[in-house]
Amino acid sequence: MSAILARAKAARETNTLLRHLLGALLGLVLVVLVLQGVSDFRRFQLAEMAYLGIAAGGLTVLTGLNGQLSLGHGALMAFGAYTTALLLPDRDAGTPLVLVILAAVLVTLVVGALVGAAAARLHGPYLAGATLALAVAVPGIALYFKGTLGGEQGLRIVLPEIPTWADDATYFLTGQDLTPSGWVAFLGWATLIVTFVLLANLSRSRVGRRWRAVRDDEVAAQLAGIDLGRARVSAFMVSAAAAGAAGAVLGIAVRLAAPSSFILTLSLTLLAAVVLGGLGSLTGALVGAALLTFLPQVVTGLGTDAGLDDIAAAELAPLVYGLVMVLVILLAPSGLYGTVHRALVVRRTRRALASGARPAADPATPETPGSTTTTREGATR
Amino acid sequence: MQQLLNTALGGLTLGMVYAAFALALVLIWRSTRVVNFAQAPMAMVTTFIALVVIDAGYSYWLGFAAALASGLLIGALLERLVVRHVDGKAEINAVILTLGLFIVLHSLAAVVFGNAYRSFPAPFGIRGFEVGDRTIALTGFGVFTIVAVLVVMAMLVALFRFTDVGLRMRAAAFNPEVARLLGVRVGRMKTLGWALASLVGSLAGLLIAGGSLVHPGYMDSVVVYGFVAAVLGGLDSPAGAVVGGLVLGLSLSFVSGYVGSQLVALAALLILMLVLTLRPGGIFSSATARRV
Repeated sequence: MSAILARAKAARETNTLLRHLLGALLGLVLVVLVLQGVSDFRRFQLAEMAYLGIAAGGLTVLTGLNGQLSLGHGALMAFGAYTTALLLPDRDAGTPLVLVILAAVLVTLVVGALVGAAAARLHGPYLAGATLALAVAVPGIALYFKGTLGGEQGLRIVLPEIPTWADDATYFLTGQDLTPSGWVAFLGWATLIVTFVLLANLSRSRVGRRWRAVRDDEVAAQLAGIDLGRARVSAFMVSAAAAGAAGAVLGIAVRLAAPSSFILTLSLTLLAAVVLGGLGSLTGALVGAALLTFLPQVVTGLGTDAGLDDIAAAELAPLVYGLVMVLVILLAPSGLYGTVHRALVVRRTRRALASGARPAADPATPETPGSTTTTREGATR
Repeated sequence: MQQLLNTALGGLTLGMVYAAFALALVLIWRSTRVVNFAQAPMAMVTTFIALVVIDAGYSYWLGFAAALASGLLIGALLERLVVRHVDGKAEINAVILTLGLFIVLHSLAAVVFGNAYRSFPAPFGIRGFEVGDRTIALTGFGVFTIVAVLVVMAMLVALFRFTDVGLRMRAAAFNPEVARLLGVRVGRMKTLGWALASLVGSLAGLLIAGGSLVHPGYMDSVVVYGFVAAVLGGLDSPAGAVVGGLVLGLSLSFVSGYVGSQLVALAALLILMLVLTLRPGGIFSSATARRV
C-alpha cells in the first residue's frame, strides 16, 4: 500500500498534467458536494463566479504571461453568449451543451485571431485603447443586426433538459436530485476546471515559456528565434477562447444574451479581477473572481445600513474595487494573492533558515509585469 | 445635398470636441508618458460640478468657470497624489492605474450626484441657423464649440512656443534627466501638464453636455473617440490630435448619418485598426528607430 502511495506521489511530482488532472477530478466531486449543499441564490452566485473566473483566467494568461493588456474581454464574451443563444433558441434545439460551449469557444477563437493579429503590432497604451474601442463597439453590432441578434432585448437562451447521467451521478454522490440552478452552476464549474487545467498546462509548456520570454524582453526573445507576432497572436487566441467559454456559461446562467450584459463595465470588471488577484497567477484570477462575486452584496448591505438609497448603495461595490485596484497597483503590484503567497514563502524560508535547514526554492517568484520595469517601452520609440 | 451638408457640419462640431479631448490626452502623454483613461470621468465630474453651480441659481458662465477651475485642481491633485507613484514602473501599471481611477470616479459620481439623466443647459441657441428658407445643422452652440476649442488650442500653442513655462514643460517631457540637471523642476512641470490637460478635458465635457443630457457614463464613449483621434495624430502631436479629431468627427458623422448610429463605435475601431496597421505610430509619427 505504502509503495503504491509512494509511486503515486512520485508520479505526481514528475507529471504536471497528471497532477492537474487529479486535482481537477477532486475539484469536480467537491463542486457537486458544495453545490448540492447551498441555496439556489448561492448557486447562481457560484455560476457567476465561474464565468468571471474563466474569463479572468484567460485574461491572466494574456496580461500576466504575455504582457498584453486587453480591455475588450467582456466584448469577446459576447461572441460566446450569442453563439450559445443562436444554438439554443428553444427547448427542442437538443444541441448537447458540451457542443454548444465548444462552438462558442471556436467562434471566439476566430474573433480572437482577427483581433489578436491587429493587436500583435500594438503595445502598451495603443493596445489598451484598441481593445477599449472593441469593448465599446461590440454591443453596437447586436443593436444594428436587430433581426438576427434581437437588438436591445437580446436573445433568450433555453436550457435543454438535464441529462439523466448528471442527475444519477448527483443522486449517487449526495442523495439529492439535481435542480436546474445546480446543473447550471455545475456546468460553469466543470468548464472552469477544464479551462484552468488547460491554461495551467499551456503556461508551463514551451508555448508558455515563449509568451513569458516575449513579455520580459522582446529583443532577447527575437534573438532566441521566437516569432513575436505568432507568440502574441497565439496568446490572444487562447485568451479569447477562454472568454468565449465564459460567455457561453454566462448565457446559460442568465438564460439571455443581451448587449447590456457586455458593456465596458464587464471588461473593466474582468481586469479588476485579474489585478486584484495578482497578474500572472490563475489562483489569483479565481480569488479576484470570488471577490467580485461576493463583495458587492456585502458592501451594498453596509451602504443600505448606513442610510444610502439602493441605487447609491449599488455603486459602492465598484467604488470599493476601483479603490482596491488603485491601491494594489500602488502598494502591492503582485496582487492580493501574490502578496500573501510571497509573504508566506518568505516566512517559511526564514523559519527553515533559523532551524539550520537548506532554504526551499522559492516557487512564488512574482510574475507580475510590474517586476519587469521599463525596458519594453524603448523598443519602438 | 442638404443632408450631406448637415452631416458634414454635425461632424465638424463633433470633431472639434473630439479634438479637444484628444488634445488633453496628448498633453498628458507628452508630459508623463501616460494615457489617461480616467480623462472621461474626470471631465464628467467637473460637468456635474458646473451643473450643481447652475442649479443653485448662478449663471451658466459661473458654472463653466467652476468646471474649468475644478478640472485644473483635480488634474493636479491626481498627478501629485496618485499617478506620480507609478512613474518609472512598467507602462501597464500606469494604464491599470488610470482605469482604476476611471471606476472610482464613475461610482463616486453616481453615489454623490445620482445615476439619473439630467439635462444640462446651453448658453446659446441649440436650434440650427436659417440660411434662406432652410435650417442647417449649425447651431449657435456649435459655433461656440468650434471657437472655444480653437481659442484653447491657440493658447496652448502660445504657451508651449512663446513662454518660459512652456519651454520648461517641453524640456521636462522630452528629457527629464537633462532638464533636471538644467534646473527644471520636472515634478512640477508634470503636475502642471496634468492640470492643463484636465482643464482641456473639462472643456470638452462641457461642450458635449451643452443642451443635452448628462449622467455618470455620458463621457465614456468620448474617451474612446478622443483616444482614437489622438492615436490617428500619433499621440505625440497636438496638431495631429486636432486633425485626427476632425477626421474622426467627420467620418463618424457620415457613418451615423448614412449607415446607422449603432455602428459608430465599430467604425471608430475599424479606422483605428486601419491606421495602426499601416502606421503603428499614428499618421503624424516620424520614422521610428528600431532597437536591436
